[in-house]
Amino acid sequence: MASQFAYAPAPESRSVVDIAPSYGLFIDGEFVEAADGKVFKTVSPSTEEVLSEVARAGEADVDRAVAAARKAFEKWSALPGAERAKYLFRIARIIQERSRELAVLETLDNGKPIKETRDADLPLVAAHFFYYAGWADKLDHAGYGANPRPLGVAGQVIPWNFPLLMLAWKIAPALATGNTVVLKPAETTPLSALFFADVCRQAGLPKGVVNILPGYGDAGAALVAHPDVNKVAFTGSTAVGKEIARTVAGTRKKLTLELGGKGANIVFDDAPIDQAVEGIVTGIFFNQGQVCCAGSRLLVQESIHDELLDSLKRRLSTLRLGDPLDKNTDIGAINSAEQLARITSLVEKGTAEGAEAWSPECELPSSGYWFAPTLFTDVTQAHTIARDEIFGPVLSVLTFRTPDEAVAKANNTQYGLSAGIWTEKGSRILAVAGKLRAGVVWSNTFNKFDPTSPFGGYKESGFGREGGRHGLEAYLDV
Amino acid sequence: MSDRLSVFKTYKLYVGGKFPRSESGRVYEVTDAKGKWLANAPQSSRKDARDAVVAARKAFGGWSGATAYNRGQILYRVAEMLEGRRSQFVHEVAGAEGLSKSKAAEQVEATIDRWVWYAGWTDKIAQVVGGGNPVAGPYFNLSSPEPTGVVTVLAPQESSFLGLVSVLAPVIATGNTAIVIASERSPLPALSLGEVLATSDLPAGVVNVLSGRTAEIAAPLAAHQDVNAIDLAGADEALAKELEIAAADNLKRVLRPQPVDDWSATPGTDRMTAFLETKTVWHPTGSLGASGSSY
Repeated sequence: MASQFAYAPAPESRSVVDIAPSYGLFIDGEFVEAADGKVFKTVSPSTEEVLSEVARAGEADVDRAVAAARKAFEKWSALPGAERAKYLFRIARIIQERSRELAVLETLDNGKPIKETRDADLPLVAAHFFYYAGWADKLDHAGYGANPRPLGVAGQVIPWNFPLLMLAWKIAPALATGNTVVLKPAETTPLSALFFADVCRQAGLPKGVVNILPGYGDAGAALVAHPDVNKVAFTGSTAVGKEIARTVAGTRKKLTLELGGKGANIVFDDAPIDQAVEGIVTGIFFNQGQVCCAGSRLLVQESIHDELLDSLKRRLSTLRLGDPLDKNTDIGAINSAEQLARITSLVEKGTAEGAEAWSPECELPSSGYWFAPTLFTDVTQAHTIARDEIFGPVLSVLTFRTPDEAVAKANNTQYGLSAGIWTEKGSRILAVAGKLRAGVVWSNTFNKFDPTSPFGGYKESGFGREGGRHGLEAYLDV
Repeated sequence: MSDRLSVFKTYKLYVGGKFPRSESGRVYEVTDAKGKWLANAPQSSRKDARDAVVAARKAFGGWSGATAYNRGQILYRVAEMLEGRRSQFVHEVAGAEGLSKSKAAEQVEATIDRWVWYAGWTDKIAQVVGGGNPVAGPYFNLSSPEPTGVVTVLAPQESSFLGLVSVLAPVIATGNTAIVIASERSPLPALSLGEVLATSDLPAGVVNVLSGRTAEIAAPLAAHQDVNAIDLAGADEALAKELEIAAADNLKRVLRPQPVDDWSATPGTDRMTAFLETKTVWHPTGSLGASGSSY
């Protein structure tokens, strides 16, 4: 039944972005074809429309790009920090200037709502470059000794869930510390990285300092294994992260990994319910749940379970799913058919194992990749949906009685990236936060990010930190 | 009249606060630099290694939860105990490393000073590597270091006592618990250190000392799913690579072998930070409204 108060469509214009029919690899300041001439298509997940055809990097291209980065390293690392800083400030400013264009582009290529690219991704992208720009001439004061040295060529492999933001997290600290970069964006979301190449051109960045290699896992593997790469940074799945750790074993390559998560969002009986419900929604439905630090396990104190679930279901019924370019859209498209299949299969497993699925009434568009927001009740810790990362808009609800039980259940996972705590009691926040084995703990809030704040996991969520002073270490010889 | 016949010591492992012989019942001959027999040291098995993990895990909650001040007190107490046993360690280090008595004494003194140095770090490292972050929004957030968990330490092969303490002390100063594999050729100072630790208020299981074949003991520890980190100081290149591959299975934190010319040089903080996680805790500060401060 259509609501009496249905929202009129409010689409963001696509005209601000001009997508070329084809793109090359960005090596040594030029767009070039892949050595073997291979290409792939990138589609808009919300419509399955082909957006562009992109060169697909292979091993020979990785060689070329690493050679370009190596050549550029000598001059780039020798630049006074203040000069490197100015390049990064330029990049930050150009990103701000072009943020509307980049937001629309990102929404088209990734499927996430314009509300999020416009209000979360792009401001954070610019902020990261601003933050690390300021470090470039202050590295002596970063606590890593006087005159800390860059590592050399950084090979960086990033995922599709925050394509431009993850690029910023990787490239900004690498350049600030004097490294040069070869970055491989994900095969489903190559476009914003290629637009970033144009931002580098506008900023006058020396050739070869940043190289972008769109491609598949084979290109990423070749980059990670390349003997002339000094530093490997990866964000993605835990399985691939382990493979990378094996690949670099016995080498001198420095490695940082940002991997999966199964974050617990713990709601105590004294929590402000309405705020907690908003935090739960942000925790798991932000970016369609395709977030490594998503609060995908809701741990509710038993005494408020029913009340909280009623509120949560009511709130979920008001979420609007649909055209990501519509400014009213809360839930956009799943990034790819492959990811949709993975989510679907895990949800089917959840039902098969005895948990009960619930979704609000929700009409899915006829084309594109979509998954309705879903929550599971009657979930036990043994269920697959309580253990495996789903990377989709699927929340598993578990209960607890005492704070100790909450902590034990929250920590009962191979992962350790994020957690949430909802309570009005300050001592409880501090006690529980202290016991949680997770790199980021959000109390009475969730999914907040800031370039000044270290982010990264415990246990199998990876090692190293991105952001803040800590994020410099990954790119310095310390 | 003949000289008095000396009393030999049976060296034992130190696991969970107890002094077991190796579960395997094996020993191996430890000789001095000239090949003269010194003692039979226990040759630990993979079962000994697993027992040590259980002990270290059990001790982790209490040790990591102790106040930094308390950890500092206990580490300093270890230095006090070492001072009292100074001559014993000089004797053992001289035998182990073929050093003159005066050179061995220098090593032992440097080792005791190293304990004191790390004892003083326990309540300072958090201030050096943690702190508040100036986020662009109405939030208070704080990054603090926390111990990684159970750490396996392959002690350096050449420096039987100073090297050992230089890799062990930073691990426990920061609240981790440790399983240390002594120098394969010169394990006796490490085994005697276990006796010191047992009488220094250090809770059982915080440090567990194994002796034997480094490669044999390290392999199950590098693959162990309940070990969080590994320091490969005592591994050669080939062994280090093999262990690092095994360690990837549960994404252990790995400290690769670092070239150390001189163990007596004052260390930096690297060996502490290598086994620390950073936790960032956020909380809203509340908004004072558009008009600014209401104070």
